[in-house]
Amino acid sequence: MSRSVDRPDTADRYRFRLFVAGTAPRSLRAVESVRRICEAHFAGRYELEIVDIYQQPDLAARDGIVAAPILLKIAPQPERRVAGDLLDAERILRGLNIPSAAEAER
Amino acid sequence: MPDQRVTQPLPKAPTGIEGFDDLTFGGLPAGRPSLFCGSAGCGKTLFATTFLVNGATRYGEPGVFMSFEERAEDLAANVASLGFDLDGLVAQGKLAIDHVRVERSEIEETGEYDLEGLFIRLGFAVDSIGAKRVVLDTIETLFAGFTDPSLLRAELRRLFGWIKDRGLTAIITGERGEGQLTRQGLEEYVSDCVVLLDNRVDDQITTRRLRVVKYRGSAHGTNEFPFLIDHAGISVLPVTSAELDYAGPTGLIFTGIDGLDAMLGPGGFYRGSSILVSGTSGTGKTMLAASMVDAACRRGERCLIFAFEESGGQIARNAASIGLDLDAHSKSGLLRFEAARPSLYGLETHLARIHRDLDQFRPDLVMIDPISALRGPATELQAALLRIIDLIKTRGITAIFTTLRSDGSLITDHDLGVSSLMDAWVKLQNMEANGERTRTLYVIKARGMSHSNQIREFLMSSGGIRLIDAYIGTAGVLTGTARIVQEAREQAEAQRRQQENKRRLREVVRRRAALDRQLEELRASLEAAEDEEARLRADDEWRMAADEVERRELIARRRAAE
Repeated sequence: MSRSVDRPDTADRYRFRLFVAGTAPRSLRAVESVRRICEAHFAGRYELEIVDIYQQPDLAARDGIVAAPILLKIAPQPERRVAGDLLDAERILRGLNIPSAAEAER
Repeated sequence: MPDQRVTQPLPKAPTGIEGFDDLTFGGLPAGRPSLFCGSAGCGKTLFATTFLVNGATRYGEPGVFMSFEERAEDLAANVASLGFDLDGLVAQGKLAIDHVRVERSEIEETGEYDLEGLFIRLGFAVDSIGAKRVVLDTIETLFAGFTDPSLLRAELRRLFGWIKDRGLTAIITGERGEGQLTRQGLEEYVSDCVVLLDNRVDDQITTRRLRVVKYRGSAHGTNEFPFLIDHAGISVLPVTSAELDYAGPTGLIFTGIDGLDAMLGPGGFYRGSSILVSGTSGTGKTMLAASMVDAACRRGERCLIFAFEESGGQIARNAASIGLDLDAHSKSGLLRFEAARPSLYGLETHLARIHRDLDQFRPDLVMIDPISALRGPATELQAALLRIIDLIKTRGITAIFTTLRSDGSLITDHDLGVSSLMDAWVKLQNMEANGERTRTLYVIKARGMSHSNQIREFLMSSGGIRLIDAYIGTAGVLTGTARIVQEAREQAEAQRRQQENKRRLREVVRRRAALDRQLEELRASLEAAEDEEARLRADDEWRMAADEVERRELIARRRAAE
């Protein structure tokens, strides 16, 4: 369930992992929202892996997942986590410690 | 309280923790969560780990340890000293450890979320090994990691419900909070069984205690029970048994001191009785008790010595000076020393240790030297001693308690209090007179048997303990040198009397011989006199006869002349 965009520039490349619990409306909302935000801000330079913890509980244990939905920024380091239904793009970017597109242009 | 005989008894999951299963009548409620709360360092995690390990190794119930504080490797290292091989159990698929790390700084929150991840992980771990037991240690840590307490509460309620639905026997630990059992009031959600662990410091001595606050649908011990954590793991001790229904033992136990046995009607103390040996320091209490221990060991009985003032080695060395080889008994496994300073633990802990050691070693004879060394508030002390005595009595073990008499002559309150609980009381006393001290011994009481009411002198030498009858006579009760002097005096007197007698006897014999001689002489005179008399009489008769003849001749002659 991953989707990557072909772009070799790894230094500036973002890797995200989104954990959701099944197909509850909250999960679907979160997936949709994260995809939208990624496309808007990191188009062409991100990888997004979506994990359903019901399907892959071992991955949840590996990454120490307690709350769901939760978005992990795996690269670049340091790792950051944002929990919730992930609807507010500004707060997500701030939580992931990523300057938003508007800030980056400034 | 529902009647256990009518309703189906609540299914229970044994913890395998000594004592705890007794006081809860079987263990924790099976298939339900139980809450263990207490302040830091009171043994929650250890309790929980023991529950899981025993489940996996003894009861065939695999378990999941979900740790919110310690990492799996730390956990394994911490309990390795108790002989728990967590890694081994994990490798065998009997245990799963999942460390849930929660740190506030790492997680931002935006919008709604739930703790489904936790459920999934727990469910995954449970399913992977077919777990029947679960530990959540300490789940309140979640409150530090997430900002929305109402959401957490709802999720925890759901979690505990989920545990119940899955039929998992769970221990949930919680930190002690202000004014309530746990910081976050977990007791509201876990309502089946709540156990409170406590680590109380009195007089700089710590005692661990445990109390079952509630246990829905089951009877349970309601008191505070002391528990121990040491190299043998956890043991909880329901030591408040106040029953007096022990059998009256009738066999005899010989003291190994002939003189003492002889003072007792049946020739020894009753088996299973409590014997108090009192005396100030230096009266030989420990050695008297050691003699009894030695005698018991030589009969092949098991003996346990709780020493509060000396080390086991020291007692053995001192006993060797009166010819008792306690070391040999230690080596043969019949004798065990448990030495500890009274101040090392609280009363409860001492009690708990005694309880555990009694059950492990199963001795026939116990020596506690001295009970007066145990310190604590007077009321507690009395209660603790009572419980020690009960503990030993209910097991039919003969016990020797030594106690220091703080006062030389009067019976102090303390002794009085203890002595009334004892079946026999041997009192050792130093008598000071004529510039010397002598050890003496009385049997003050011996329940159910006649015994000598007289004092004995108590001698210790390399040949052991010997009792000597003290001098009791017109000059009073004398011991030591005074006794020896008096005895010598009496002996001299007797000798003098004897000699006098002999002299008089000789005199009498002499006098009698003289009389005999006189008698002989008289008898000779008598015989002479008799002879004389006979001769005279014969003479007389002859003359009379001659006269007659003569007269007849004259008559005849006269007739012729006519």
